[in-house]
Amino acid sequence: MKSAVLVFPGINRERDMARALKLVSGQEAAMVWHADTALPKGTDLVVVPGGFSYGDYLRCGAIAARAPVMDAVRKFAADGGLVLGVCNGFQILCEAGLLPGVLMRNARLKFICKDVHLRVERSDTPFTRGYNAGQVIRVPVAHGEGNYEADEETVKRLEGEGRVLYRYCSADGVVDEESNINGAAESIAGIVNERGNVLGMMPHPENHVEEIMGCTDGRGLFAGLAAHLEKAA
Amino acid sequence: MKARVTVTLKSGILDPQGKAIEGALKSLGVDGVASVRQGKVFDIELSGADKAKAEAALKDAADKLLANTVIENYRVELL
Repeated sequence: MKSAVLVFPGINRERDMARALKLVSGQEAAMVWHADTALPKGTDLVVVPGGFSYGDYLRCGAIAARAPVMDAVRKFAADGGLVLGVCNGFQILCEAGLLPGVLMRNARLKFICKDVHLRVERSDTPFTRGYNAGQVIRVPVAHGEGNYEADEETVKRLEGEGRVLYRYCSADGVVDEESNINGAAESIAGIVNERGNVLGMMPHPENHVEEIMGCTDGRGLFAGLAAHLEKAA
Repeated sequence: MKARVTVTLKSGILDPQGKAIEGALKSLGVDGVASVRQGKVFDIELSGADKAKAEAALKDAADKLLANTVIENYRVELL
């Protein structure tokens, strides 16, 4: 697995991400600066990490989405390469037009920093093959603007095409209003693009990958990606 | 030349910040507030004097960056 982690000014989870990637693959991730115009040769996974790129100025992810490196990411995604965006990375991918919709201010306005439960909706994708369909995992969130919204037709399409991969739920897997921490449409925590090679999600699986973190539920996502890429290679 | 681009949320898009401001105004006792929607204003200075060119540039700026047209509308004014 040759992964590239994008680095924008104000990003703060890039090292957590690189650590998680190394843990499952044994390979160092390349750190790619926002002003670069190309990805390292042979890259098979691009990760857009979390943080507060450009201080969240204008709109979350808006300025990072227009950085030079994003043209290379767009081309990489168009060629079928795997792209994972977490938290601010999800916001950046939406702003870049790689994923539909937008992340709005949390419905109850507060910044939310805690562990949440997610239901894995299907296991037959590169981003979920480390889990079973219907499995409930516990991962942290840390965001003020994670309320996924899109027009009715888009949400309908996402649902109809099985593109919602992760959904906020209770500890026993029930999707309800109470577990929908930020008010997202249909409790959406993570979606893929039409082709299924670009995933955006608000929660941070990279922060639950080692015993010392108190939970390893996030590891399946990265292990699944590594297994998928190993098989493809 | 001076210009102003005003960006507002499309109708039907939930605006929790506007709701919070509305609540604050009501608790301050400001009379007659029915609802509040918040947005952004960009005051932009342009070089050159061609109005048509300026409007085209501002529209370009709004489409490319200032507004997210999934959820926002914008208005361009030359002042």
